[in-house]
Amino acid sequence: MFDTLTLASLPAADEALRPAIRALADEAAGAASADVRARSWSGFDPAFSRRLGEAGFLGLTLPRKYGGGERGPFARFVVVEELLSAGAPVAAHWIADRQSAPLILNYGSEAQREYYIPRICRGELVFCIGMSEPGSGSDLASVRTRAERTASGWRVNGQKIWTTNAMHGDYMIALVRTSGTSEDRHADLSQLIIDLKAPGVTVRPITDLVGDAHFAEVFFDNVDLPEDALIGNEGEGWKQVTAELAFERSGPERIYSSVVLLDAWIAHLRKVGRADPATLALVGDFTARLGTLRAMSIACTARLALGESPVTEASLVKDLGTAFEQELPVAIGDDLAAHPGEAVDAELYRTLMFVTHVAPSFSLRGGTREVLRGIIARGMGLR
Amino acid sequence: MSEFLEPFERMLEDVATPAAVRAIEHGGRIDAMWGAFAESGFLDALVPEDRGGAGLPLAEVHPLWMALGRHAVPLPVGETMIARALLTGLPEGPIALAVAAGAAVVVPCGRVAAHVLVEAEGALHLVEASGVSTGVPASLAARFDVGAPGTPVASAPEGGLRGIAAILRAALIAGAAGRLTEMTATYANERVQFGKPIGRQQALQQQMAVMAEEMVAARIASQLGCAGGFPPSLAAAATAKSVASKAAARVAATAHAMHGAIGISEEHDLQLFTRRLHEWRLADGSETYWNRLLGAARLDDAGRSVDFVREAL
Repeated sequence: MFDTLTLASLPAADEALRPAIRALADEAAGAASADVRARSWSGFDPAFSRRLGEAGFLGLTLPRKYGGGERGPFARFVVVEELLSAGAPVAAHWIADRQSAPLILNYGSEAQREYYIPRICRGELVFCIGMSEPGSGSDLASVRTRAERTASGWRVNGQKIWTTNAMHGDYMIALVRTSGTSEDRHADLSQLIIDLKAPGVTVRPITDLVGDAHFAEVFFDNVDLPEDALIGNEGEGWKQVTAELAFERSGPERIYSSVVLLDAWIAHLRKVGRADPATLALVGDFTARLGTLRAMSIACTARLALGESPVTEASLVKDLGTAFEQELPVAIGDDLAAHPGEAVDAELYRTLMFVTHVAPSFSLRGGTREVLRGIIARGMGLR
Repeated sequence: MSEFLEPFERMLEDVATPAAVRAIEHGGRIDAMWGAFAESGFLDALVPEDRGGAGLPLAEVHPLWMALGRHAVPLPVGETMIARALLTGLPEGPIALAVAAGAAVVVPCGRVAAHVLVEAEGALHLVEASGVSTGVPASLAARFDVGAPGTPVASAPEGGLRGIAAILRAALIAGAAGRLTEMTATYANERVQFGKPIGRQQALQQQMAVMAEEMVAARIASQLGCAGGFPPSLAAAATAKSVASKAAARVAATAHAMHGAIGISEEHDLQLFTRRLHEWRLADGSETYWNRLLGAARLDDAGRSVDFVREAL
């Protein structure tokens, strides 16, 4: 079962990217404290993203004719692994590089490809993805935001919420209803590129429980868009959305969200010189699981490299990976507080509490744990 | 699929039927089944070609070991492959593996082995299998007191025999876990309660999804154990056995939870695999044993965790 998920190794040509991307990542993150580096995903630094673009580290899976690196998923794995392991700020290019550009490449018109993709590869465009609505969370197919045809294109009315980066975004790729009603489920949905500077768009950032504002609610009040705002085919938005899920569910970002905390804790253990059997067992457990999850993520990347869309396998890696990411702050918190005689420096404590508080989001973003397990069960032939 | 796996699987389906497994577990003769393995040439899979073996790399033997687990093979086939890779001039029969630990040790397949390859004080010794039953019904393991094993036949392999045995156990666990996951999914689609197959209950689907995750993790970890050559590094053996052992108990538990009472019965094949999962989990170091060793290696390294696993595995 799931036999195609099998050990694969990173090609030497892609491994060769590592020293250069590491140097850039360390330059951006090296001096930052661990609690800042632990925010890697939500760290918004457009200048850094442009430097990555200039150095050829964005659009690695995309064709050269659109400014991409034409290197494939393994190269992207190496680059993403280095960025996240260092805790570099990736938010300004993350979504455009991971999802928007591949989506535009696969489903967009030639004009859309030529317009958007080169600028994404240069790190100049910030994209966000308009999926959730106040009444549509896991049940995404129930979206109500509607786009109606006009003489010159589309008119959008409705609301999106929990949209990561919307307040920084240049464009949103939104899943909207282009005909029918929300009872029609998967039919009648389409994807539109919405210029977030267009009249009628209002973006209100939402502050999260640690005081950061990385997501927002977005209102559309008679937003007029040109004809070519549509990506792909009208009515095929659901198919297009689900096809891209494997890109966002199996990468290193589903394993490494707590890795800055893990490294800070290990540095603490080394500093205080604690190496009793229980501590060693905990460190070893995390290490064994990290190594295995990394191999599973690379195994999934290998399927992507073959041109497959391993949605079930990616769900499996994401569920196991986010469980690991969530267990780390719980276990590390217990470990530190079980040793009150050890001085825990303020930076480690802040990092621990940041990861502890944001950890619930790890199994919400990109598909909840329960939805993923439903997908895996279907892949096992259940239902 | 490797070119060797297909004929090996065919042979296992032929000789290691559930009835044949039960017969040996209940004291029946091993000659017919062992004879098939001996004639097949697979026992020399890891023996270098210049010594008359197949010279397969460990990574290509891994699927064969998993197949042994998938079929609950009641003989020390993988162990004999390892012994033959380490030593020349061994007797023909089945050989089990043991590491002396200053006390009696439980050796899987000790009851059906003719000899035991024992590591004691940095050396390997070949002793006649004279263990006593563990008293666990149907278990093929035996207790050995390997305190004074006599003249060594060779020095211990680099990293020790336990690490090599551990990657075999991890592969056996992964194979049996794969079989259990398939059996459980099939059963869940057949068994009807509350007017529908139990596999349509979301609560059970969620449990089975986790079971599949654990099974795949065990498989990939055991592949990591076999990826770097023979004998394995400490990190490779520890990762493989830690993850596989942890998965073993969980996979067995979910398999039983899904099957209900029928899975507890002797007549159902489920127990052939779940009993082995628990035995292999404990053999050659549990998850905590290997976690301690791996943790010590990690704490010796000042670098990042991602770099550590990338370089060590």
